[in-house]
Amino acid sequence: MNKRWEVFQHSSDYRFTPYIMAGDPCEEATIELSLALEECGAHALELGVPYSDPLADGPVIQRAGMRGLAQNMNLEKTVKLVSKLRERGLKIPVIIFTYYNLLLQLGENRFLKLAENSGVDGVLVPDLPYEESGYLQKICSEHNLALISLVSPTTREEKLARLSREAEGFLYCISSLGVTGVRSEFRAGLDEFLKAAKRNSRVPVLVGFGLSTREQIQQFDGSSDGFIVGSAIVKKIEELESDLLTNREEAVKTFKSYIESLLPVYSR
Amino acid sequence: MTTATVPDHRGRYGVFGGKYVPETIMFALEELETAFNEAIQDQEFNELFQKELAIYSGRPTPLTKADRLSESNGGASIYLKREDLNHTGAHKINNAIGQALLAVRMGKKKIIAETGAGQHGVAAATVAAKYGLSCKVYMGKEDIRRQALNVFRMKLLGAEVIEVTSGSQTLKDATNEAIREWVAAVEDTFYLIGSAVGPYPYPKMVKQFQQVIGHETESQFKEIKQGKLPDAVVACVGGGSNAIGMFAPFIEKDVPLYGIEAAGMGVETAQHAATLSKGSNGVIHGSLTKLLQTSEGQITEPYSISAGLDYPGIGPEHAYLHETKRVTYEAVTDEEALHALKLLCENEGILCALESAHAVAYSLKLAKKMQKDQHVVVCLSGRGDKDVHTLMEFEEGGE
Ligand SMILES: Cc1ncc(COP(=O)(O)O)c(C=O)c1O
Repeated sequence: MNKRWEVFQHSSDYRFTPYIMAGDPCEEATIELSLALEECGAHALELGVPYSDPLADGPVIQRAGMRGLAQNMNLEKTVKLVSKLRERGLKIPVIIFTYYNLLLQLGENRFLKLAENSGVDGVLVPDLPYEESGYLQKICSEHNLALISLVSPTTREEKLARLSREAEGFLYCISSLGVTGVRSEFRAGLDEFLKAAKRNSRVPVLVGFGLSTREQIQQFDGSSDGFIVGSAIVKKIEELESDLLTNREEAVKTFKSYIESLLPVYSR
Repeated sequence: MTTATVPDHRGRYGVFGGKYVPETIMFALEELETAFNEAIQDQEFNELFQKELAIYSGRPTPLTKADRLSESNGGASIYLKREDLNHTGAHKINNAIGQALLAVRMGKKKIIAETGAGQHGVAAATVAAKYGLSCKVYMGKEDIRRQALNVFRMKLLGAEVIEVTSGSQTLKDATNEAIREWVAAVEDTFYLIGSAVGPYPYPKMVKQFQQVIGHETESQFKEIKQGKLPDAVVACVGGGSNAIGMFAPFIEKDVPLYGIEAAGMGVETAQHAATLSKGSNGVIHGSLTKLLQTSEGQITEPYSISAGLDYPGIGPEHAYLHETKRVTYEAVTDEEALHALKLLCENEGILCALESAHAVAYSLKLAKKMQKDQHVVVCLSGRGDKDVHTLMEFEEGGE
């Protein structure tokens, strides 16, 4: 475990982990938005990689991916972007969120070498379930990268226990079935699921998928150690698209006040 | 031959196959695998399936000798396995009946399906009506426009057709959307996949329900030819379901097999759907297979005049049979397919689907190089009524 993960894991805060798409709406905007998120109190950052066929994503993140693709953003450039983030002073753990096909084409080993040298701390592959992840798991540990596990309310009990025990970085608990996207309701029995995950986990247990308001976020404080917000933030970035391209300073300010309105006051 | 050992217990055909899906649906794939394995061990289920194929779809379909076509072409004689004579007009119904019976057995009341040309959508809507299931069909906006007739058929059959506007708005995106819906509704919904693609156990299951094509062909041919086997077997390959069903009993036997992909405007252009000829290893729709993609791994949009072959991936078992060289895969252009379609019409009075016309076109080439006393069997996967509009547009555009 590296220093950045140590800080993350030892924090006593209700941890905030935002997701944004690399290259949406352009690379420089991604850098400034990342720094802004850290200033607003983000404990870690998930950086999405644009993909033509994002099976696990709803329309909001699909559109962000299209914007990223239009900027020719790809996996290799996303990893290199993390180097730039480090140069600009970003201190929180960065997790690359990529579909498996992109990893395969770049080469898993090549990706890991690049990632290790660029200050990436973890990788999350939404279409690579535990059963298929043996090789990537092995080389991730060789390169000191956390392979973040996703668990779902439909994950069977024994598997949930095993994944929780073996989790690195943090354990990602999906709040509801379905793809990413803003939701008004969560699944009944979610607290039980989070409790079961926490029972075995050595790392913080984070809840994500569908969170978009302060009330929703607060609802899981107590049953989880942190939360992930993706679609709601990406949607804000979409709204600010043209300003982020032409009047960035102003747009980033607006973005920060949006983030502040989202966060529980005590989580910062 | 090594093919007997695939798929392995992880659903692998060599390196191909597997389950590359979100964690949320992993339990459903396990559940499906268990239910499927139990069902095919159960004599009652198998008898029911065979019975439905017979009394609902009209099986066995005939093996028709194409006398005039063979004569005018020269060389080996050509036999047509008449999947076009199935209820709803294509082989797709075999698989749809099998999966629907399995859904009923599992107590599922809702099915979802993806469709490109609308053939599988129609088959899914048909079995949903027959077995009293609700049915949602995901279809790309572009395909809805191109295949208005099938959209109307699905609605008549009581299915809900859901327009997919993501990505390139065709079959690949419809499949993504169907999988997304499955992830959301997995607890009470059965995903009725339309070809030998997708995460394990789908490729195995679709083959199981389509192998009736090959088994009937084998016994029909043996009956005509005193126990002999054909000298070549040809089928078109989109996702690969009619082909794998046709090949199934012959894979372990000494029979040359040919899978025919769509070369569209030509494999040297960017306008084709020749996944095995031009693709590379990657993951699409839950399976590691060959696919058409950029060097960075973005999946590219294929092209073929036939909507059913217009798919950037291919079933993992075909990727394996290609790699082990057990099956020869070739590609046929739009133009060659259209020409073959006309020849079949004029010489045999059979209007076949544009997909099937690709297989016919290759059979003609192949037969020419063979001896007069040899026999080529081609899978005529569907009838061409659905394509009349495309054919008319083409005629008008071409003149
Ligand atoms: C008549 C017909 N043949 C062939 C295909 C291609 O599918 P597959 O390769 O799964 O047989 C289709 C698909 O729509 C079809 O409608």
